[in-house]
Amino acid sequence: MVERDGRDLAWGRAHPGGQEVLRPAWLEEAAALAADPDPLPRLGHGAGRSYGDEALSDGGRLIETTALDRFVAFDPATGRLTCEAGVLLHDILRQVRRWRGAEGGWWFPPVLPGTRFVTLGGAIANDVHGKNHHRRGTFGEHVVSLTLARSDGSLATCSAEQNPELFRATIGGLGLTGLILEATLQLMPAPGLWLECEEIPMADLAGFFALAEESEADWEYTAAWVDCRASGRALGRGVFGRARPLPGGEAPAPPELPRLAVPLAPPVSPLNRLTLGAFNALYGRRPGLGRGRLRRLPYHRQLFPLDAVGGWNRLYGRAGFYQYQCVVPPPTARATIAALLGAVAAAGEGSFLAVLKTFGARAPAGLLSFPMPGATLALDFPNRGAKTLALLDRLDALVLEAGGRVYFAKDGRQGAEAFRRSYPLWQEFRRWIDPRFASALSRRLELTP
Amino acid sequence: MSESLKVSIYGATSAIAQAVARRYAARGARFFLAGRSPEHLERVAGDLAVRGAAAVATHAGDLAEAAGDAALQAAEAAAHGVPDVLLVAFGTLGEQQRDEQDPARAAATLETNLVAPVRLLLPAAAAMERRGSGRLVVISSVAGERGRRSNHLYGAAKGGLSIFLAGLRDRLAPAGVAVVDVRPGFVDTPMTRDFRKGPLWASPERVADDIVAAADAGRAVVYTPWFWRWIMLVIRNLPAAVMRRLNL
Ligand SMILES: Cc1cc2nc3c(=O)[nH]c(=O)nc-3n(C[C@H](O)[C@H](O)[C@H](O)COP(=O)(O)OP(=O)(O)OC[C@H]3O[C@@H](n4cnc5c(N)ncnc54)[C@H](O)[C@@H]3O)c2cc1C
Ligand SMILES: NC(=O)c1ccc[n+]([C@@H]2O[C@H](COP(=O)([O-])OP(=O)(O)OC[C@H]3O[C@@H](n4cnc5c(N)ncnc54)[C@H](OP(=O)(O)O)[C@@H]3O)[C@@H](O)[C@H]2O)c1
Repeated sequence: MVERDGRDLAWGRAHPGGQEVLRPAWLEEAAALAADPDPLPRLGHGAGRSYGDEALSDGGRLIETTALDRFVAFDPATGRLTCEAGVLLHDILRQVRRWRGAEGGWWFPPVLPGTRFVTLGGAIANDVHGKNHHRRGTFGEHVVSLTLARSDGSLATCSAEQNPELFRATIGGLGLTGLILEATLQLMPAPGLWLECEEIPMADLAGFFALAEESEADWEYTAAWVDCRASGRALGRGVFGRARPLPGGEAPAPPELPRLAVPLAPPVSPLNRLTLGAFNALYGRRPGLGRGRLRRLPYHRQLFPLDAVGGWNRLYGRAGFYQYQCVVPPPTARATIAALLGAVAAAGEGSFLAVLKTFGARAPAGLLSFPMPGATLALDFPNRGAKTLALLDRLDALVLEAGGRVYFAKDGRQGAEAFRRSYPLWQEFRRWIDPRFASALSRRLELTP
Repeated sequence: MSESLKVSIYGATSAIAQAVARRYAARGARFFLAGRSPEHLERVAGDLAVRGAAAVATHAGDLAEAAGDAALQAAEAAAHGVPDVLLVAFGTLGEQQRDEQDPARAAATLETNLVAPVRLLLPAAAAMERRGSGRLVVISSVAGERGRRSNHLYGAAKGGLSIFLAGLRDRLAPAGVAVVDVRPGFVDTPMTRDFRKGPLWASPERVADDIVAAADAGRAVVYTPWFWRWIMLVIRNLPAAVMRRLNL
């Protein structure tokens, strides 16, 4: 089952799972499901925006949180916001215009992933990052506290002071430490809600790294799109985007999810080598590119370009697709990214969306947090079965060799050995797994039976 | 600045009611929320406050019990007097087959879905009539349009409610008070948790958009989503023999 009531349970749609999905309406119902005496494996499930199998439970029960979408409290003096775990970042953004901060600005979520349709619980469980990791770190760094329901019936308040180890395990904890019911977030002051945006063509990978370094100090958001068809000296050709808030302006609230954009997955995907070429050629040559050509955009247009099309993931057809996102540390980052792009080009499996950005040097907020200092590359591949999986294995080898790792919000197939090698705190993490919580991912990584 | 809209909701913990309330909260409304569970009312009140409500008062009590009416009305008067909008949203589906064997339960379904709303609407209607303005927005159901084997107890109550609303509308029209009869089809809420969902199902958010638009316009009857108007046109006109065979 890849969907329930027409909604995708995993964004890549490549992982069927046989699970029961329950959707509690109140926190105490959710806590009761977390503590159900029936030994069946259980797992929190948010908006289903992770791509692989981490939000799925083969043969178990998903506790879907999307009806737990109430705000609890907001303090405009401190910028602290408490919400139930199923509140979407989108719901928070819809309120931001009314939340004026002390110095004439607005209170704004400090970390936003590439889609705003994720839940608070999901954002914590993956310790998600945005285009401003070099300035704000990960989502978990801004979580003040959270309430966790465990299968033994207990409710644990977790913060840097209370249950600090469970707190660190739950941030980026893949949903395995229990069910997050509620969390308090520290918002950041933003001087304005419009962004000043610049898109600069880059000729190759060296161009990317130079622009990334140059932009670190003065640009809040950076990310680059890479043309996967380029090879040889043009490897890494693409467009570097950067943006920063403009003081003063109130932007329009982001629109609701478009209702019926792609209702059904077509049997044959319209995304193929031909359209891929056309798309990338057009994207790289569209007007408005160039240093000094600043554009003013409401933040949601710059930060969530993919949210403009509801259900775009279904364009990959019935077989679904894989996203591969890895991070590689500085000493060999450039060489490894080059090798990865080379491997993709050699396989003739161009990726529709190839996104490259850098992560800053920050202490990880969670035991299994994905980001580390270095460069991170994200690629989408239509699911062509064994051929695709073999390519991903080749990419894995390069990443592991470089001391990097893959992101479990995206991955759905790496084995336990690679996981242990690339997430050194996995044993410490394992102590905090709730014995009745499990996912398809946790079994694949041999974290749970 | 204009004064905040005063919104009262009877059955404020319903999923549909919460979605409606959020839309009014975004406009800075003041709320009086009545419902059964004090804990759930507090959660809803907290949510609306963060979403922009100017003020939120709550009152907990069993709305099917006439004995609680005076306390409810006193609490509402203390909170904001006669509201601009009253939404009546509480209801129970009952269990047709079980209740057929248990007349007391069958009566309770009629009590909660027909008698109690009428009891609570009469004084609210009189107050709005005296003031000469207001909107009574009441959630009935498409189930009230034709008796069906699977839910004619609930359907009888909702049908009775709609008949009452039609008459009330004509009574209040000269006073400038609108009566909106909301008829949802299938909505994915706790009330319908155990039903298998399909393409005809709507979210509470979608239904709430329709309810608020109908309340703003003071419309008489609103089907939500809209296609239920046509589905019900067919169902109402099916010959009895066909209806019996369809076993709906
Ligand atoms: C278009 C797109 C762009 C994206 N861009 C980025 C990006 O830039 N940066 C980034 O970091 N990620 C990105 N992602 C990934 C996404 O942010 C994460 O997968 C996120 O965790 C999804 O949240 P969700 O609510 O959909 O959770 P789900 O996908 O439903 O679940 C994700 C995990 O969270 C757990 N979980 C959910 N709710 C709870 C809870 N209440 N308690 C305990 N565990 C819970 C689940 O068990 C699962 O392990 C992107 C995804 C998409 C589709
Ligand atoms: N869902 C549908 O498909 C559908 C279709 C057509 C019409 N409707 C109508 O829509 C309205 C809202 O229902 P919903 O779908 O939002 O379901 P819901 O979330 O289950 O709401 C029903 C609400 O009624 C409350 N309630 C029931 N009896 C009560 C009593 N004696 N005193 C006080 N409160 C009482 C319940 O409170 P507790 O939680 O405390 O029990 C609950 O909050 C109902 O009138 C329903 O008949 C629903």
